[in-house]
Amino acid sequence: MSELPLRPKDYKSTVKPVWCPGCGHFAVLNALTKALAHLGKSKEEVAMVSGIGCSSRAPAYLDSYGFHGIHGRALPLATGLKLARPDLTVLVAGGDGDGFSIGGNHFLHACRRDVDLTYVVMDNEVYGMTKGQASPTTPPDWDRSKLTPHGSGLRVFNPAAIALASGAGFIARAFSGQPNEIARMVAAGIEHPGFAFIQVLSPCPTFCPEQTGWKKVVRAFEPQPTSDPQEASQRIHLDDGFSTGIIFQSDVQPRRQPSAGVGNVEAFAEEFAL
Amino acid sequence: MQTFALALLGSGGAGIVTVGQLLLTLAARRGLYGLMSKSYGPQIRGGEAAALLRFSDTPVRGAPDAFDMLLALDWNNAERFADEIPLTQDCVVVSDAAAGDPPAFAESARFSQLPMTTTVKEIEGGRPNMYALGWLARWLGSDLDAVDALLTEHFAAKGADAIAASIASAAAGFESADEGIPALSISAGNGKDRWLLSGNEATGFGALRGGVRFVAAYPITPASDLLEYLAPRLEAVGGQLLQAEDELASINAIIGASWGGVPSLTATSGPGLALMMEGMGLAVASETPLVVVNVQRGGPSTGIPTKSEQTDLNIALYGMHGDAPHLLLACSDIADATLTTQWAVHLAESLQTPALLLSDQFLAQTRAIIDRPASLDFITRRRTAEPKADEVYHRYAMTADGLSPMAIPGQPHGMYTADGLEHEVSGKPSSAASDHQQQLDKRQRKIRDFDYGDLAIRSEGEGRLAIVCWGSTYGACHEARLRLAEAGIDVRVLALRLLAPFPLKAVREALADVDKVLVLEQSHSAQFLHYLRSQLNGLEADHLACPGPLPVRASTIISRVTELGYGHV
Ligand SMILES: Cc1ncc(C[n+]2csc(CCOP(=O)(O)OP(=O)(O)O)c2C)c(N)n1
Repeated sequence: MSELPLRPKDYKSTVKPVWCPGCGHFAVLNALTKALAHLGKSKEEVAMVSGIGCSSRAPAYLDSYGFHGIHGRALPLATGLKLARPDLTVLVAGGDGDGFSIGGNHFLHACRRDVDLTYVVMDNEVYGMTKGQASPTTPPDWDRSKLTPHGSGLRVFNPAAIALASGAGFIARAFSGQPNEIARMVAAGIEHPGFAFIQVLSPCPTFCPEQTGWKKVVRAFEPQPTSDPQEASQRIHLDDGFSTGIIFQSDVQPRRQPSAGVGNVEAFAEEFAL
Repeated sequence: MQTFALALLGSGGAGIVTVGQLLLTLAARRGLYGLMSKSYGPQIRGGEAAALLRFSDTPVRGAPDAFDMLLALDWNNAERFADEIPLTQDCVVVSDAAAGDPPAFAESARFSQLPMTTTVKEIEGGRPNMYALGWLARWLGSDLDAVDALLTEHFAAKGADAIAASIASAAAGFESADEGIPALSISAGNGKDRWLLSGNEATGFGALRGGVRFVAAYPITPASDLLEYLAPRLEAVGGQLLQAEDELASINAIIGASWGGVPSLTATSGPGLALMMEGMGLAVASETPLVVVNVQRGGPSTGIPTKSEQTDLNIALYGMHGDAPHLLLACSDIADATLTTQWAVHLAESLQTPALLLSDQFLAQTRAIIDRPASLDFITRRRTAEPKADEVYHRYAMTADGLSPMAIPGQPHGMYTADGLEHEVSGKPSSAASDHQQQLDKRQRKIRDFDYGDLAIRSEGEGRLAIVCWGSTYGACHEARLRLAEAGIDVRVLALRLLAPFPLKAVREALADVDKVLVLEQSHSAQFLHYLRSQLNGLEADHLACPGPLPVRASTIISRVTELGYGHV
């Protein structure tokens, strides 16, 4: 008896999301299930790792393996998992605070290391879970947090530019209002042999209601991804951050792990013998 | 016990540490026991170096009271070692004739000079350090053939010319042996079934034996050479080592790898351990097995990176936020490092929790000749689940012993999300009082009710006075006990291998009929004493606190025992 292919909704767990009505993260979750169904992944071969934040709650909402870890550390946990278990499809989810502030260092090194992970950042330009503080992607004049009543005054972190400069081989941007596009990019990211970074603009209607206007400003990049970092850099720097699409996909193959040794530990004892 | 302590000095690049290492190997091949620790000035390269050796007819673990002989290739900056290298009254001091006068601390009536530099000038590629090796080899009782064989092995990669030059230099030193200096007189055994290794190597081997196949770590003194030992060997047995971007990444990477089913470990020292605390708490809450080896160094902050101290006990016991029961172990000598590390892996895997293993710089970086330790079989392994299609799998299910079978990613029907948020049995986040209570109880129960057997403590000797210690200071306590026994005074020594959960029953039994307890630790603030008092309802004890960087010496312990009225030595 051959089993029926799984539908997107089969990848959903019965746990009810904590997200607010209108939160962009719902669409991202749906898109993830679509991508998994499209690729025909079995539930047990998928593991989603996250940190802490509203967005980082995603693993429990999927009926796959999941690890909801600590704030900012999803990428290293996922790296360890994927290195130890290359057979698994490892997804990483989180927010802009989790990924670019507390976890910023890990982001750089995950891009450099190029382990085969698909990293989806739900970027709402705010710390949702802790009730609305400025994140690295918040506009400098955003003055609605009591912690930064005059705006943060800080230059905005440009994730795509940082990813490119750090050596990421797959860089995409999507918008939660276009779930099919997200699904397409996630599927492409999973199939990409190395580290894939997908920034999803995902509005927070609770703390940044003005973000509901994003749907009017997002537009597609030129449809073809480029494999030329110079060209990608141009695209990223000439853009206002609202163009979506696969921005860059390198054709450089990630470095292969050396093949596993089959030696016996007890042989090492002889090194100590006189 | 017969022992002899030898200090070797030289500037960086002079190769004095190589002399020490080769001499230790010669001693091992002669059937002696012994050890060597190294000491360097603050320079990364160059600067001054000392190789501190002991030779004995029984296994030795600690630093000597004082050095019986000092050999220097030169005296550049030698004074910096004055505290570290106390000399006996009638210490033999030998130096290169070209080195000039010894500094004040090394002045001795038994001073002689050897023409090291002038002699090796005549040899193409000759080196004074090899001359010194030849001279020392003769003093040790080795023959020239043994020296030649060793140098041929040691310099194999450097080619025939280098081998020939070192052999010629050593032969010149061997021939020049000074009749005025008596040869080493320690009875040698047959030397069978012995190992020569460092504490870090012993720990690494124990980890591999325990089944560790994934390591993630960030370099730090004095743990880096443990990582250097592990990297190629992990690869050889199908495992891997990830050099992570920092310790936050290291601890989280091993959580990921272990959750994926591969026994995992990280190694660090104090500053790195501090960074790992949040991650260790995640391992406790998510019930992910892992081992953290912390090779202690002087603290706080960057402290004294190259010297030993036992001052990470508090952070190891109490560093995690929340109620976070975990395993804390300590190895007490080099042979014990293999056993205890293997045991730590076994316990972490069996109990699905982090095991923190404390080693220290002295133990980790000393090389010693030891009796080959027995290999122990630990059969129990991680309790894994066999989830079925028609059953609901609960990762954190309640069981009598607190251990819940663990599904491993890839297993059908076992899907769940591991969580650092408090959770219900399924893993679903919950802040309900009843769930918190249940999970707290479970995490405590699995560790508290486990039978740790005989390994929890190390106890030896008789007598009404017990010296209680942990970690590498056991070496000095053990030696003090042997020397006191030779003088007809019996004391016992109790070293804790398991620090948490506290092995209350075993410790109570070991102390049942003693009337005096002396607590020894290499800490300033009495961390260990406070811990013992908290566990043993107050505990009346005398206390000997010796902060680093100097090693604890057996003579210090013997004097205190004498002061306490337990006989004269
Ligand atoms: C070490 C640590 N510091 C701070 C926090 C508090 N904290 C939880 S989530 C969060 C920010 C989340 O923002 P983001 O990653 O952008 O995700 P969002 O909630 O917006 O989806 C913070 C600061 C924490 N959990 N751990």
